[in-house]
Order: sequence, then structure tokens, then C-alpha cells
Amino acid sequence: MTHTESHITDYRVYGWVLLALLILTTITITVTWIDLSALTVLVALIIASVKSFIVLRYFMHLKFESRLFTVFVVMVLSIYILVIALTFFDYLLR
Amino acid sequence: MEMHRDDIGAKLGMWLFIFTEILLFGGLFLVYAVMRHRYADEFHQAAHQLNAFIGTVNTVVLLLSSATVAMSITAVQKGEKRKGVLFILVTLICAGIFLFNKYFEWGHKFSIGLYPGSDMMIGLKHGYILFFSLYFFMTGLHVLHLIVGSIILTVIMIRIQTGSINKERYVLLENGGLYWHLVDLIWIFLFPLLYLIT
Amino acid sequence: MAEAITHSYLENTGKYKGILAWLTTTDHKRIGLMYMYAMMVFFIVGVLLGELMRLELFRPGQQFYNAQTYNGIFTIHGIIMIFTVVIPGLAAVFGNFSMPIMIGAHDVAFPRLNLFSWYLFILGAAIALSSQFLGNGPPDTGWTFYAPYSTQTHTNVVAAVFGAFVLGFSSILTGLNFIVTIHRLRAPGMTFFRMPLFPWSLYATAWIQVLATPIVGITLLMVIAERWLRIGFFDPSLGGDPILYQHLFWIYSHPAVYIMILPAMGVITEIIPTFAQRRVFGYKAIALSSLAIALVGYFVWAHHMYTSGMSITARWVFSLLTFLVAVPSAIKVFNWVTTMYKGSISVKPPFLFALGFIFLFMIGGLTGLSLGSLATDIHVHDTAYVVAHFHYIIFGGVGFAFFAALHYWYPKMYGRMYNFRRANMAFGFLFVGFNLLYFPQFVIGIMGMPRRYFDYLPQFTLGQQISAVGGLLLLIGIIIMLANLFSKKGAKAPDNPWGGSTLEWTVPSPPPVENFDEIPVITGEPYNYE
Repeated sequence: MTHTESHITDYRVYGWVLLALLILTTITITVTWIDLSALTVLVALIIASVKSFIVLRYFMHLKFESRLFTVFVVMVLSIYILVIALTFFDYLLR
Repeated sequence: MEMHRDDIGAKLGMWLFIFTEILLFGGLFLVYAVMRHRYADEFHQAAHQLNAFIGTVNTVVLLLSSATVAMSITAVQKGEKRKGVLFILVTLICAGIFLFNKYFEWGHKFSIGLYPGSDMMIGLKHGYILFFSLYFFMTGLHVLHLIVGSIILTVIMIRIQTGSINKERYVLLENGGLYWHLVDLIWIFLFPLLYLIT
Repeated sequence: MAEAITHSYLENTGKYKGILAWLTTTDHKRIGLMYMYAMMVFFIVGVLLGELMRLELFRPGQQFYNAQTYNGIFTIHGIIMIFTVVIPGLAAVFGNFSMPIMIGAHDVAFPRLNLFSWYLFILGAAIALSSQFLGNGPPDTGWTFYAPYSTQTHTNVVAAVFGAFVLGFSSILTGLNFIVTIHRLRAPGMTFFRMPLFPWSLYATAWIQVLATPIVGITLLMVIAERWLRIGFFDPSLGGDPILYQHLFWIYSHPAVYIMILPAMGVITEIIPTFAQRRVFGYKAIALSSLAIALVGYFVWAHHMYTSGMSITARWVFSLLTFLVAVPSAIKVFNWVTTMYKGSISVKPPFLFALGFIFLFMIGGLTGLSLGSLATDIHVHDTAYVVAHFHYIIFGGVGFAFFAALHYWYPKMYGRMYNFRRANMAFGFLFVGFNLLYFPQFVIGIMGMPRRYFDYLPQFTLGQQISAVGGLLLLIGIIIMLANLFSKKGAKAPDNPWGGSTLEWTVPSPPPVENFDEIPVITGEPYNYE
């Protein structure tokens, strides 16, 4: 098995990614000052998802790896979300 | 016989392991979702008891540590050994700060008698009990992963120094980095769900 | 290296001799055998515990021991059989032994991790078994550890639960290893759709192992935390919900049934074409139905909970999903039967066991449908009917497939043949004994005999006594089978005794250390008989 040439990410890219993550953290903290009542958790989850998307894509190199890895990640997360959804068929409708 | 070397295979293995970790925490997030659904108001109030400032500091620290791990891969790929070691060192320092904060955060709660199984905790409202149980269980398991990750990164740092991780073979560093990012990923969800739902 | 290749894997060539050479091996074939030996010990213990229950149930009232002992026995019988025998089962033994050879690899992707899985397996089993001797007596919760009882009973639940947790991690690592092996180490030219169907079924199984097992891992930790720290997740007096435990438990434990049965189906799919000397019918349908079972099987867990008090909507949603799983399972059965059609069938022991599997699995599967539908399940829930159903699937299915695989690959494993006449006799005892043992349980279950009961009403006596006779025949069958296989050396086996067409039959029996001198290049489909 030959060692395939890897992608080398520039330091600056990680710098920008870190900045983006910190800005998103600021946003997620700031919105807690606004009363969104029922939407609070939803907003928090959306921002967290965006942050994890960035972490997965850049820090965890999904952008540069074989597509297979991305397919697996999407599959695993979909299965997990479906499991939660099915569980709530019980808890929401009991 | 010459050891068969397959970096992509090694990374695939690491990703599969990360999936199991995600689902391990997934079980806890499921419990969280159900309990929050049942006790939305009490979760809301209980979250006020957590120190959002420490939580925020720890978030920043973890994000920074994730960035430096990623940067150390770049350094090793470029053959800049010294930088590679330094970046990991920064990560480890960040991990230390995180642990330090967590120690005081937990210590404070223990000192006022708030810990699983304590008389004070059993006497609280149901939603409070479950919130704090989840808080201790989830952050506890997370800290355990952080400690394991730190040990792994320490080994990796030494190996960069001795040159057994180098420009040509650095898959161990990549996998250690993946594990560290997992610790970060979990925290990205724990932080808003525990500290910010006030 | 060229010299090592001429040695069979059974000869010691490394620096250690004897048992140490085995305990430090990273050869997938040796690890497969080590799983098999350990599992056989557990299996025999589990069988004897089962026989003890049949003895006690021979007549109504107390016969030999009291009700608490009975509770302990059915619990440890379940823990041993489920967690240490059938869950690792075919994947750990034959997956390890045959799969790398079948895909044309020297070994699995992570050989040392593979050995580590085996040690975790032994460690987990030891911890689980220690629950019998330490603490406040054997656990009495049943293998499902249902909360809130499991969080309150004074028996030694923690050891059993922690043992199951460790066993789970062994299973995860095996699954991880197999996925990477199948992705990265297939021989050149072997595309996914040129891969034999046993590796296909292992691939689907491995995904369930990786994705479902962590859920039960964390759940078992919650039970321990509940007992030690009163975290309250499952304790209604602290606001928790016991039904949530059932959800979490079955989110793993239902897919776990597919961890057990998928490799069994894979083995049958290897055996039928070989002994019918025909190309397998519907190759792609069988391959993809494995993935379909794995996927849909993940979303049917709550059919174990129709009577638990969950919402009505959830009940019919899960009932619907449950019926969907029957479709890919039936696809497989039809394809096996169609493969045999117009084949030149030679009825040798592995084929007999495979036929036994199809017959018993069909009974188990069809009775499963009656349990999957809401109305009938309410009637037979927690009765002997359920016991009969899952023994038809787990023992009649997985067990018979294990015996089939053992008789199929035995010549490859040891380079020796066995006595066919005795093997057929063992099959006869096993098949008749099995049906006598479990069929009456369907009948008394419908009549109202509850499961896990120590005592029963007089009208169930006849059924229980037929079962006891069946149990005895089954035990005789197991003894004949094991004696036939392991008591004395048979004639030397040729490389390809059955005329199989997959790669493991192209290497010597027993295979050399690294399996292949030179990795073969694959140019066509695996089942090429025409």
C-alpha cells in the first residue's frame, strides 16, 4: 500500500477557523440574553451543529479525506437522529 | 515480516472508534432530551446554578487546544519538529487549564453538598436532581475522555521529539488529533445544553 | 518469510512454545480457535444451567431447589448464553477464522487489536461470572437487568453489568477490525460485489456492533451509577423513568439479535451453494438484504415494550417497522431455497445442519410476526411462547448455523475429516431434541404459562415434561457431536473436501501462517459452478 500524498493545511486556515468558532461561541452566549422561550434549545443546537460542522470539516480533515469518511459520518448521525425521533414517538405522545 | 502499513485503514479505524464514542455520549444525550422534555422549567432554573463564566472560559480553552493540535499536524507535515512539539504543549496546557477550572467548579458544588447521592440533592425537586445528575455524569465522562486524550497527546509529543513521528509517518498524530477533536465536539454540545439554557 | 509460509498455522514457529504461543498469537485463525474453545466452555455451562431449569420444572411445585436459586439460574443462563456465546458467536469464531482468507488477506487489519479483543472477552466473561460467587449472591434480574428492580435488588448486579460492559467493548473492537479489514484488505480485483456473502454479512454485523453496542455500554454504566450514586435516571421516586431504561437497553439489545443472526445467515449462504453446486440465487439481493436488516433492525427496538406503558402511537409505529424487517429476512430464505432448486445436492453434515437452520429459523421468524403484531403480543407477552420464539431464533437459528459452520470449516481448521455417520446421528438427536424441547413451550405459552416462573399450574405439566425429554435428547446430541469432532483424529482432509468455490478452499488444510504465498487476483464472482 503506497502512502498517498496528503493535503497540508496552512496555519492561517486554522487561525480563521478558530476565529469563526470563537465568534459562534460569542453568538451562542449572547442569544441567551434574549428570551426566545421555546426556541432557546433549538437555537443553541443549531449553533452547536454549525460549530461541529466546522470542526469536523477542517480540524478533523473531512474536507481533505476520502468521501467515504463523510458518508459514514452522515450515516451515523442520521441513524442517531432517527433513534431520538423514534424515542420521542413515545415521550411526546404518551 | 515487514509490518503492513495502511494509513487510511488506521484512520478509518479511528473514525469508527469515534463513532462508538459519539454514540456512548449519544445515550446520555438521549436521557437528557427525555428528561428536559419532562422537566423543561426545572431544568431551566437549575441551569442558573452553573457558572456560565467558567463554562465559557473552558469552551474558549478547548477550541484553542483543538486548533493547536490541528496546527501541529501541519508543522509535522512540513518537517518543523520544534513547532510540532510546541503546538502539542500548548494543547496540553489548555487541557490543564480546563481541568483546573473543572476542579474548582466541581469542588464548589461538593462543598455546598451538591453531588449525586447527597442528602441535599435527594431533597431537591425532581427536575433539579435529574439536571445535576446529568451534569455530573456527562461532564464527568467528558473530563475522563479529556484526561485520556491528554495522556495520548503526551505520548505523541514525546514521539515527535524522538522522531518516531515524522514527516513521513504521522498517522498516530492524526489519530490522536481526531480523538482530541472528539473531546472538543462533545463539549460543543455539552456547553450550551448545560450552561446556557437559562 | 518464504520459509514461514510452508508451516501450517497450527505449528509453533515463533519464540514461544505450547500454550504461550497461543496466548500471544496475532494470527486471526488461532484467535478464532481461541474464541471457539472459550465459547464452548461457556456454552456447555449454559446448557447445563438450562438442563437444571428443566429438571426443576419437571413437576409443579418445588423439586430440587428454591425459587431464588431458580431466579439466579435463569439470569446467569441468559447472561452466559447471550453475552459470551451468541453475541460474539459466529463473527468472533468463524469471522476471525475464515473471513480474512475468504477476502484474500494475510490477516485482519489490526491483528494485535484482535488479540486484545479476545482478552477483553475473557476478562468480561470472568467479571460477569464472578457475580455468582462474590457479593450478596447471584443476580436475579434476568439478563435484561430491567430497572428499577436491577437498581434495587441486593444481589450482585454490578459485577454482571460491568462484565457485560467489558464484553461489549470486546465486541465493538472486533466489529471495528472487521469493517477496516473488509474495506482495506480485499484482494485486488475483489470489488464489494465480488465478495463472498459470509464477509458481506459480517460487514453488516460489524456496523451494528460499532453503532449499537456503545448505547448499552453507557446504559449499563448508568445502572451502576444508579446503584452507587442514586443519579435517579430510572428511579421514579427521584423523577426518573424506568421505561427509559427499557428504551436504552433495547436500542442495543434488539440490534444485538441481528449481531447474532446475520453471520448465521451468512454461513448458510456459503453452505447451500457449495452443497448444491449451484451459483447462489440473487447474490445482490442477499448481500443488500444483510445491510437492510442491519439498518431497519436498528429502528424496531420498542417492539419489546408493547406492554410497558409507552404511547399508543409508538406501539403501532414500532409494530409497522418490525414487519418491515421480515421482508429482507424472507428474501434470504427464498434465495436459499431457490439456490437448491435443480442443484446437484449432496447431503453431507454441514448441509443437514443448514437445512435444520432454515426450518427452525422459519418457525422462529413466523412466530416472531405474531409477536410483532400488537394484539397477539398483548396476549402472549412474557409467556413461554416468547421463550420458545427466541430459542427457535437463537438456538435453532444461530446455534444450528454455528454447528453447520463448524462442520463446514472443520476440515480447514484442523486439516482432518470427521465421521459423517456420527455427525448425522448428532444432527438427528439435536433436531428432534430441539423441537421436542421448545415446541411444547409455544403451546403452553398460548395457554398462559408465564416465562421465568419457578412453579406452574398442573395443566402445563405434560408440556413441561415433553420439554424435559427434549432437553435430554438435545444434551445427548451435543455430546455425540463434540465427541465426534474432538475425541480422535480423523483422516487427513484434502484442500477442498466439499468442492467449494470461495478462496478458503484454494489454500492448504490447515492454512499456512499468512494464508497466501501470493495474494490472488480476483477476476470474477465468488460462486462459480456453471
